[in-house]
This record gives sequence, C-alpha cells and structure tokens, in this order.
Amino acid sequence: MTVHVTSPSPSLPPPASSVGVIGWLRENLFSSVTNSIFTLIGLFLIYKLVPPAVNWALFQADWVGTTRDACTSDGACWVFVGVRIKQFLFGFYPPSEYWRVVTAFSMVGVLIAWLLIDRTPKKALVGAFTIFVYPVIAYFLFYGGAFGLPVVETYKWGGLMLTLILATTGMFFSFPIGIILALGRRSSMPIAKSISVVFIEFWRGVPLITVLFMSSVMLPMFIPEEMQIDKLLRAMIGIIFFQSAYMAEVVRGGLQAIPKGQSEAAEALGLSYWKSMTFVILPQALKLVIPGIVNTFIALFKDTTLVLIIGLFDLLAVVQAAFADPKWLGFSVEGYVFVASVYWVSCFSMSRYSQHLEKKLHTGHAR
Amino acid sequence: MRKITWALVATVVTLVISAGFAQASTRDEVQKRGVFQCGVSTGLPGFSIADEKGVWAGIDVDVCKAIAAATLGDATKIKYVPLNAKERFTALQSGEIDALVRGTTWTLTRDSSLGLNFTGVNYYDGQGFMVSKKLGVKSALELDGAAICIQSGTTSEMNLADYFKENNMSYKAVSFDTHDATAAAFDNGRCDVLTSDQSQLYGLRTHLSNPADAIVLPEVISKEPLGPVVRQGDDAWFNIVKWTLNAMIEAEELGVTQANVDEMKANSKNPGVRRLLGLEGIAGKGLGLNDDWAYQIIKQVGNYGEIFKRNVGADSPLKIDRGLNALWSKGGIMYAPPVR
Amino acid sequence: MSNSSQKQSWWYNARNRSLFFQVLLVAMLVGFFWFIGSNTLANLEKRGISTGFGFLSLKAGFGILQSLIPFDESNTFGRTFVVGLLNTMLVSALGIFFATIIGFTAGVARLSNNWLISKLAGVYVEMFRNIPLLLQIFFWYFAVLRALPSPRQSWSAGDIAFLNIRGMYLPEPILGPHFNIVGWTFVLAIVATFFIRRWAKKRQDETGQQFNMWATAIGLIIVLPLLVFFALGAPLSWDIPELHGFNFKGGMTIIPELTALLVALSVYTGTFIAEVVRSGILSVNSGQTEAASALGLHRSKVLKLVVIPQAMRVIIPQLTSQYLNLVKNSSLATAIGYPDLVAVFAGTTLNQTGQAIEIIAMTMSVYLFISLSISGLMNWYNKKIMLVER
Repeated sequence: MTVHVTSPSPSLPPPASSVGVIGWLRENLFSSVTNSIFTLIGLFLIYKLVPPAVNWALFQADWVGTTRDACTSDGACWVFVGVRIKQFLFGFYPPSEYWRVVTAFSMVGVLIAWLLIDRTPKKALVGAFTIFVYPVIAYFLFYGGAFGLPVVETYKWGGLMLTLILATTGMFFSFPIGIILALGRRSSMPIAKSISVVFIEFWRGVPLITVLFMSSVMLPMFIPEEMQIDKLLRAMIGIIFFQSAYMAEVVRGGLQAIPKGQSEAAEALGLSYWKSMTFVILPQALKLVIPGIVNTFIALFKDTTLVLIIGLFDLLAVVQAAFADPKWLGFSVEGYVFVASVYWVSCFSMSRYSQHLEKKLHTGHAR
Repeated sequence: MRKITWALVATVVTLVISAGFAQASTRDEVQKRGVFQCGVSTGLPGFSIADEKGVWAGIDVDVCKAIAAATLGDATKIKYVPLNAKERFTALQSGEIDALVRGTTWTLTRDSSLGLNFTGVNYYDGQGFMVSKKLGVKSALELDGAAICIQSGTTSEMNLADYFKENNMSYKAVSFDTHDATAAAFDNGRCDVLTSDQSQLYGLRTHLSNPADAIVLPEVISKEPLGPVVRQGDDAWFNIVKWTLNAMIEAEELGVTQANVDEMKANSKNPGVRRLLGLEGIAGKGLGLNDDWAYQIIKQVGNYGEIFKRNVGADSPLKIDRGLNALWSKGGIMYAPPVR
Repeated sequence: MSNSSQKQSWWYNARNRSLFFQVLLVAMLVGFFWFIGSNTLANLEKRGISTGFGFLSLKAGFGILQSLIPFDESNTFGRTFVVGLLNTMLVSALGIFFATIIGFTAGVARLSNNWLISKLAGVYVEMFRNIPLLLQIFFWYFAVLRALPSPRQSWSAGDIAFLNIRGMYLPEPILGPHFNIVGWTFVLAIVATFFIRRWAKKRQDETGQQFNMWATAIGLIIVLPLLVFFALGAPLSWDIPELHGFNFKGGMTIIPELTALLVALSVYTGTFIAEVVRSGILSVNSGQTEAASALGLHRSKVLKLVVIPQAMRVIIPQLTSQYLNLVKNSSLATAIGYPDLVAVFAGTTLNQTGQAIEIIAMTMSVYLFISLSISGLMNWYNKKIMLVER
C-alpha cells in the first residue's frame, strides 16, 4: 500500500490591496462610492477647522505678559487669562487665605482617590472620616471663624472654587436624601410612597433655573424674618433638593435591579427592614449605580453654571465679568475657551471613569 | 400632580397667621452684628463697581460707607451684596440687606406697594439714549424703528414704551439682565441705541471697545431720582439713612470737607457747623446714634460734593457735570433740611 | 409584665408601626407647610407686599422683542405670560426638530463602518456633551454672532433674504383670500392617505396584494394641494424685507437670540440623542439581524422590519426624556434675552410687579404640567409596546 502524502501548496498572501495601510484605508474609508464621498467631506472639514483652531490656540498665541500690549500676534491672547487666573480660581477670596482652599480641595482629592482606588487599606475608616469629619474641617477651612482662621464671608467666594463647592455639597447632601426618597418610593406605606413620588416628580419636572429663582426670591419669604439665610446657602438648598430627586431615581434603578430573592432571604433570616436594607440590599444596589451617580454628578457640575443667573460668581460668571474690564475688552473668545476647557477636561475624564466602572461592574453580572 | 401642587398652595395660603414676631430696629441689628449689609449693583462704573481685588467704589458705595460710618463709626464695616435689578427688592424685603443703594428710581408704586421706603435722592438722573456716531442721529426723535438695548425690569423699560408711543414711533426692545450684557450687546452692534439713566450711559460708555464712537443724545425722557431704599415700618432706621444723606449735603453747603473737618470741629464758631458735628443741639440723640455721627461721615467718607467729584464728576473718567445735582444755592436742586 | 409585652407586641406589629410612621410623617409635613405658610403670610403682610392674581389684568407697559401673538405695551401682564409661553414652545419645538436630526445623524454616523466618519461623530458627541449648555449659549451669542455684519453691510441672498447682527430677514408669505382652501385640501389629503394606508395594509394582510403607497401619498399630499393652489390662481405673495432707516422692515425676522439659543440647544441635546440612538441600535442583538438576513430579507428590509422596531423600543423613552430636558433647558434663554416664559414672565413681569410667589408658582406649574403630561403619555406608550413576558 502506498501512501500518498499530499502536502498542500502554501497559501498565497492576501492581495496587497487588502492588507496593511492600504487595505485598512480601503476597508475603512473607501469601501464604496458613498463612503469615499463621506471620507472626503470629513477630510475637508478637518482641514478647514483643525489647523486654524490649533494655530489660533497654540502656535500664534501670546502666552506671557501683563498687559494687553503683550498680545501682538493674530492668535489667542492667553495673557488675559493668565493675568486674572487667581480671580478665576478663587473669586474675591483674600489671597493670604488661598492656602485654606487649596488644603481643603487637596484633602478631598486624596480622600476620594483613596476610596476609589482598589486595594487601599482601611476603606471603612477613611469613608467614615470623609462623611463625618471632613465636612466640618472643610467648613472651617472655607468659612473660618474658628482655630484662629479669620472669617471669609461667602460673598467673597467665587470662581472655580465656588463651582466645586456647589457641586460637591450638592452631591454630598443629595446622596442620603436621594436614598431615603428612593426607599420611600418603593415603600409599601402609601403615604410615604406618595410623598416621595410627589417630591421626586416635582423637582424633576421643573427647570433648575426656576428652582434657583425660587430659592433666591421665594425662600426668604418662607422663613421668619429674624432668620437670615445666606444667598449662597439658599442656592445650595435649591440645588440639593433638585439633585436629590435625580439621585433618588438613580438609586431606585439600582434597587430595582436587585432580585426580590435577596430581600426575601434577608427577611427569612429575621432581619428588620432597616437591617436588610443597610446590610443586604443597599450595598449591592449602590455598587450597581456608581456609574449613574458619576453621571448625575457630571450633570450637576455643568448645571452649577446656572447660579450666575441669580448673581453668584461661579467660574463662568467671574470670567464673564472680566470681559467688561475696559483694559481687557474683546477677549471673550479666550475666556469662553478657557472655561470650556476646564469643564471639558473635568467632565470628559469623569465620564470616561464612569464608563470604565460600568465595564468593570458588568463582568460580574454577565449573562 | 398639578392638582396636588395647587392643593398645597391653597393650604399654605389659608393657614392661620402666626403671632407676629418681635420687631427690632435695623439700627440695633446692624449695631449688634457690627456689619452693615448694603445692596449695590453688580457693576456700574461711577456708582458701584468692584475692581480686580474686590474693592468697591462709586457714589452709591460712598453712601453705603456713610451709613456705616454713622451707625457703626467705621466706614469699612460693610458687606456689599451685589444685586441685579430683578433681585434688588426681594433682597431688601427679605432682610438680606439693610439698605439698598443701587441707583433705584423713586416711584409711587415702589414706595407704596412693595413694602419699601425711599429715604431721599443721592443722584437726580434722567433717562437718555446713547447711539453710535456712525448713525448720524442728532435727536431721539429720529430713532423710529431702532433696535434698543435695555436692562430688563427697570423703569427705563416703561419710560421707553411711553416715549415712543407718545411720538408715534416704533422700536424693538432687546432686554438683558445685567448692565454688562446690555453694554456688550450694544457694543456688538446688536442694537442701534442703548437706553438707561444718563449717568449710567456715561459709565457704560467707558466699557465700550471704542468709547469715542458713542454719543449721548440730548433728550432726557424721564425724571429718575435715584436714592437709598429701606424697608417700610422701621422709622428709626429710615431716619438714619435719610439724615446720613442730608448730613452730607449740609456739609457741602457749610463747606465742611474731609480735609478740614477736624480743624472745623476744633475751631469753628459757625453754629450750623457745630450742630452738624454734634457739638451743639440735639446731635445724635434723636437718631439713637453717637453725637459725632455726622463727623464720622465727613471724616471717613466726605461731603456730597466730594463724593460726586471723586466718583462721577471732574476727578473721574465719567466727567459728569453737577447739573441738577448741584446745591440749590448753585443752580441745582440738592437741598437738605436744616440740621438743628 | 403582661402590660409591657402587650406594648411590645403593639410596637412590633408591622401594620401598627407603619401606621405610626405615616402619622408622624403627615404631622411633620403639615407642620412644615404650616411653618412656611404662616411665615409667608406674616412676611407679606408686614412688608406690605400685595398678593393675589389681580396683577394679571394690569397694563404691562413694556415691549417684548418677539411675540407670536399681537402684543404691545398696552397689553396686560397676563398676556406677557402667554407671549412668554408661546416663545418657549416655539424654541422648544424647533429645538426638538433640529436636535433630532443632528442626533440621529450623529448616532448613525458613530456606528458607520467608515472609520473617519464614526470618529468625527464621536468627537462631536464628546466635545459638546461635556461643556455646560449655558456656556455654549453665551459662546454662540456673544462670541460667534458678533462676527456678523451690521445692517448696512448685510449679507444678502438674491436681495430677498438678509443676514446681519440684528437677525435673519426672510420674505414673509402673505396668504391670499382663498389660500385656506389649499390648506384644507392639504389636511384632507393627509387624512385620506392615512385611511388608504390602513385599507392597503389590511388588503395586503388578507390577500397579499401590494399597493403602491408612496406614489399615492405623494400624489395626494403634494401634487393635489399644488393643483388646487394653481387652480385658484396662486393666491400667495411675498413680503420682502427692505432696509429702511436703521433696520430692515417687512418680511419675517429671526432674531439672533433665537438663533443662538436654538443652535446651542440642538447641538447640546443632539449629542445626548446621538448616544440614545447608538445604544438603541446596539441593543438589538446581532442574532436578530443575522436571522433576518438568513431568511433572505433585503438589507433595507432588515433595518425597517427588524432592527428599527426593536431599537425604537429602547430609543423612544430615552428620547422623550431628552426632549423634556430640552424644553426645561430652553429656560436658559433668560441669560441672553430671548423672551421665553422665564425671561419675560418670571423676569420682567416679576420685577415690575414684585409678586414673586404667584409668578414663580405659575411658571413652575407650566413646566410641571408639560413634564407630567409627557411622562404620563410615555408611561402609556411604554405599556403599549412592552414585550409581554411569561
């Protein structure tokens, strides 16, 4: 018996036009006539928009100087931003006290990083510190009035600092309120449920700007005359209510995703409602909704710009006020681009982080 | 849901009025607090504007300072609350500020139905028009069909409507929340005309990219007496604010200035001056203030003529003539009741 | 002993406990509203602020830049409410229209197999989504529109349409005496098309015969009204804007405030809609497409009959919430002086009358009414299209 061994002839390499750069181009950019047309239009747009923008913002821009005379070229005049950067960051906060703001924000940065990064030790302790001790420290750092720190009235707060304070306090207080509202909405008690529903739907149904108007012109009417609520505080109260409603819906989404068996099992073990919520349901639900929470934070962070309409000097308001300076007229584009990039960098990185979390959390629940 | 909201509103409205709260005079509150809260504009050159470091200046700001000097003996103990036209009355009504000194026009409605009292006039103004020179307009009567930039929620809005109607002309009102936005829109060319109180027009002109290009038309279409405002029903505080202003005018008339007040206090034989500086007569008793209240105003802030000159007059970029704001004895209508 | 155990058993009864909590809740709520109400009344009385809705019939005395119904200074404050509301609706409707177009285009483009196009769409979405809307509005209004020329140097298109910093001036159609007949023909044609379509579908289901719906629809809706129009002798003329003194007179004006707000709203909301569309399309399992192709359906039929109906189930609820956001965000108009409800009514009118409580309450109820009725509609729709699961 003879054995025929047939060795297959070696496969030919794919045609040059379907591999490498050319292949990629053909497949992804010029696969059909319409596609090629679209590609060309896209390239034309890029050519028209990108080089001029980059030239304006970087290559032809003026970076150093102290007066507008330093801006001689055709590009952007970043000197304008540079001269006023302290005001943009701190508003009218006294320069000798800047360190307090910096300390407070660095602290919160470290604390949050600690809580978010995997495998850092003593998370529970740090978490408790962040929730119970840090706000007190931050209050005294920002406002002063104790430990020998001079009082800095809130009307001197402004710029990026105010934006961050509004966003973080809004977040901090709306979180527990949102959880309670979400639990209320899913509660079996009809009155608790209807109150939660009314509260949530009311705040979600109206624009933030009317909420801010309400807190700035109506709230003072609601309280006894001898009680004074600071303008900033009033805006914060409005923001917190508004944000709580959105937070409640996010948390509710998480609660709904937890199978009923979990709470039934907890009940079967004899846990009370609050115990089963605290130790069984909420830890799972909250973990699920972290990306959602980050997203509402992004929305809130952008929405804080609205406070300029009620006369608070957030980042955008401070920059806009600077446009009216007779010495620096005509640099509004630079100012807007500066503010936009601050927001963009923050929001984009947060949203990337939230997407990353979503992916990470998804693996556990892959079906 | 809507039903529920309305039910809530109805409940709120029908609820029983609670017992009135004990009422303290703003004077006592200010003195207890040690800080006077003064409502000013968000930024109007010559009247109230903060510089890069947040230091406030202007003729309205100087009135705030004078009130603080009279009440607390220290013109620096002030918290400035910048307000836009919309917020200003609520801020005062709600007690967020103790007095409003923000170029606010004294009108019947405002004095009678907003729960406020006007204490006097620190600047007699009138509404005017500013146009670009390029338009070649010489009179407001040539403005038919113009687009007009205006700050919303001001008496100017009403005056403008009246004036154009009276003269059978049409216009397009483009309104904004703040002085800055209004001026920026005019500067961009969004409107042909910027209308506001004349003093403000001079101030806003310094914010244009080319101030020399804009002219203020001669017509004055309204009376705009601008003055400090306090809450109604607090006579002690009302008197203090009213007489702070009067003292400054009286000081100008008597020739007492920031520079010579110490010397006057020591040497002057003039009974008017001695009464003003608290050396004779009722001094501060009636107002519940220290006897040297007026002295403190003049020493720390100056007399009316000085604050005018410094902020809006010859020594300022605005260079506005005294006009109506000159003393009654010099052709104006600034007149203070006798301090005696 | 028995006493305390009774007490305990009372307390440990779930119904009693829930009753107790709810009574407590109600008491707190009533107390809270009583506190607010009594303070408000006391404050109002003490400060001598007038109350009630009588102000709505007073003369307003100020002009409004843009009004869809006739308005002048002698009209009432009540009418300013209507003018503001209509302006809000106008910008919302236009915004929804453009945002939907932009959003669907970008959403589909992001899934395109053309690398460049999908990246460009991605850049658009990431760029505009992460910048605050208010900033975008300011940017378009104060930075971009200022580049437009003054009225005397207007850019013109064939001397009938003009663009300058004061706005866009377009010819305005002036309807002739019998134009309404054309309008009615149009409406009737739409109704007829609807019924014919139902009939055709039924016939196709029963007999399999197809009916050329497209040709019929075009014939009815476009050709028929045109025929009527010309039969009547073309009862339509155009009012062409003309430079007159400082400004253009005649024609239609699109004010720059509207343009800036509209561009910002559509571009901003468009990014969110793009994401909604993308996730909707991605949510359709690829097995569905493959199965449909395996059945021999043409690619366009696969999209129309399999992918889109399923994607819509995901897209529509989220799309509606984006529309609602757009309506609420249109209130930012007040920042650039577009006369919407918040700017006119909660702004100027509030300031002229000083009656904050009534005005803010009215403004809020309008938005609340819009939001709740739309979300009610949405819930009904969701129930209708929900998959019936076992």
